[in-house]
Amino acid sequence: MSLATGTARRVLMKGNEAICVGAIAAGCRYYYGYPITPQNDIPEYMSAHLPPIGGTFLQAESEVATINFILGTSASGKRVMTSSSGPGISLMQEGLSYMAGSELPAVIVNISRSGPGLGGIAPSQGDYFQAVKCGGHGGYRMPVLAPHSVQEMYSLTMLAFDLADKYRNPAMILGDAIVGQMKEPFEPEPYVPTVSPEKPWALTGCAGRPRQHVKSLYLKDNAIEAHNWKLHRKYLRMQDEEVRFEEYRLDGAKIAILAFGTSARVSKTAIQWARKEGIPVGMLRPVTLFPFPVAQVDAVARRADVVLVVEMNTGQMLEDVKMSTTRHDKIRFLGKPCAMPTPEEIHMEIRKLAGRAA
Amino acid sequence: MTTEGKDRFTKQVFSRPKSLVDVKTHFCPGCHHGIAHRIVAETIDLYGLRENTIGVACVGCAVFLYDYIDVDVAEAPHGRAPAVATGVKRAQPDKFVFTYQGDGDLAAIGTSEVIHAANRGENITVIFVNNTTYGMTGGQMAPTTMLGQKTSTSPYGRDFRKDGYPIKMAELLAPLEGTAYSARVATSSPAQIRKAKEAVKTAFDMQLKEMGFSIVEFLSTCPTNWGMKPVDARKRVLGEMSEYFPLGVYKERKQADFL
Repeated sequence: MSLATGTARRVLMKGNEAICVGAIAAGCRYYYGYPITPQNDIPEYMSAHLPPIGGTFLQAESEVATINFILGTSASGKRVMTSSSGPGISLMQEGLSYMAGSELPAVIVNISRSGPGLGGIAPSQGDYFQAVKCGGHGGYRMPVLAPHSVQEMYSLTMLAFDLADKYRNPAMILGDAIVGQMKEPFEPEPYVPTVSPEKPWALTGCAGRPRQHVKSLYLKDNAIEAHNWKLHRKYLRMQDEEVRFEEYRLDGAKIAILAFGTSARVSKTAIQWARKEGIPVGMLRPVTLFPFPVAQVDAVARRADVVLVVEMNTGQMLEDVKMSTTRHDKIRFLGKPCAMPTPEEIHMEIRKLAGRAA
Repeated sequence: MTTEGKDRFTKQVFSRPKSLVDVKTHFCPGCHHGIAHRIVAETIDLYGLRENTIGVACVGCAVFLYDYIDVDVAEAPHGRAPAVATGVKRAQPDKFVFTYQGDGDLAAIGTSEVIHAANRGENITVIFVNNTTYGMTGGQMAPTTMLGQKTSTSPYGRDFRKDGYPIKMAELLAPLEGTAYSARVATSSPAQIRKAKEAVKTAFDMQLKEMGFSIVEFLSTCPTNWGMKPVDARKRVLGEMSEYFPLGVYKERKQADFL
């Protein structure tokens, strides 16, 4: 079996390591980062596995430097990745804004922790806003993928590289300590590219062509306005073409759970228990948090009697759910900002909503 | 007049460097960015690097490098040019990579990035233009602003008790093991310009020989924000500025140093 070539049939790995295997399979040969819990498995794996295949691992002096290493390597036309957690991603926001403005692709992994401030290292989905709304200046968007299994940590990382290149834009994987640290078997299916590897815009020295620039400053003739509309059309195109979601046991569901990542994974167990008791409950799981599955959320909210949003925060995706439908009267929320909700807790909530005895 | 003499007088001995774009300058009268640009372009031509170079522009007046130097250029966030250059150089070690940064950019917000790039021995070249002020934003106090110098945010003059002292980057970076070359030059007289060109040549050569990090600090002018005539600004560089920021070579690594 060979992980590097993606020919292994089934392997047991941590989610964070599966991200690395997916990145390497997708052709990523450059990784830069700075230590922060709970994602250190990623730089540790890359520091060991990139050099033997001719890749480059470099530990930066800060996340500020990291994202600018990323910017430079991306501008060189190479696939490049970094990973961090909430506070480190905060420090990268400046660079992410520059990369969005300069139309540079890269994959950014956020194995988030609870905040604000130094916060805690326990599993949390406290970075939904930072990831989905984009924390940097100026107003930009990026695809945000939310894996809920080790399999998806692998496959969505490969997809993130393709989306980043397709749109010439950073793309983010948003995970947490559970999906990052848990081990489970997954199938490392081979990487099949969906985008051209050509990057004619890359800065490679101007041999045989006019000089070109990678930049976000457009001072002359109000070119900045045209540039902003161009970027906006790109974000609209993402909304048209990239919405991804999973419908889980939604057939005849009167109670619809809306959850992503680890919350969704835990919810599946609770749904199985409740279904055995005859409670018609299912789940819509956004896989892309941006673009958000607006139409699907609205359809579910119209069909179901109750929509239960489950998050490991105090209600962040909840706002996007409310923006997706006018049926606010049906929406309920179960949140746990600094820990994973247990299947028992979610099951209990489902029973309550179904009018069953606790 | 002999035929020989006629040839002598029609021979072209001075022309625009190939790597310098033929456009009108937007820089203020008396600003020395143009001189620094020309020296960089001449040195790119000297080593035949135009089609093999990636420049990194910073934030401030210096960003417009890409309007004047005919090479591929990436724009870095404020202060981050050495980090962006690191990313370019690691991905393309066979390319010549340089940054072009002002003193607000390199010596204030970008101090961390330049120190760590130097300390890693990052094989890049930094052209650092120090005019003791933030030019583009309207002449605010910089970390290089001289004691007593009045700026738009030090209207009573820079006071060391409040603002500390002008920072000497060429000296600060020289002792780092990864620094191969560190020099400070000026552009305020033909003799100084010749020395500046020699320093830039040596700095480029360090990178071409994979010796590590090289930096040339230019003492430059900002007549507009200094409130001076260009001629007086030029005199200030050769006077009080070069007294506090001494010109010279602070580090020049020989091959044997790290072998």
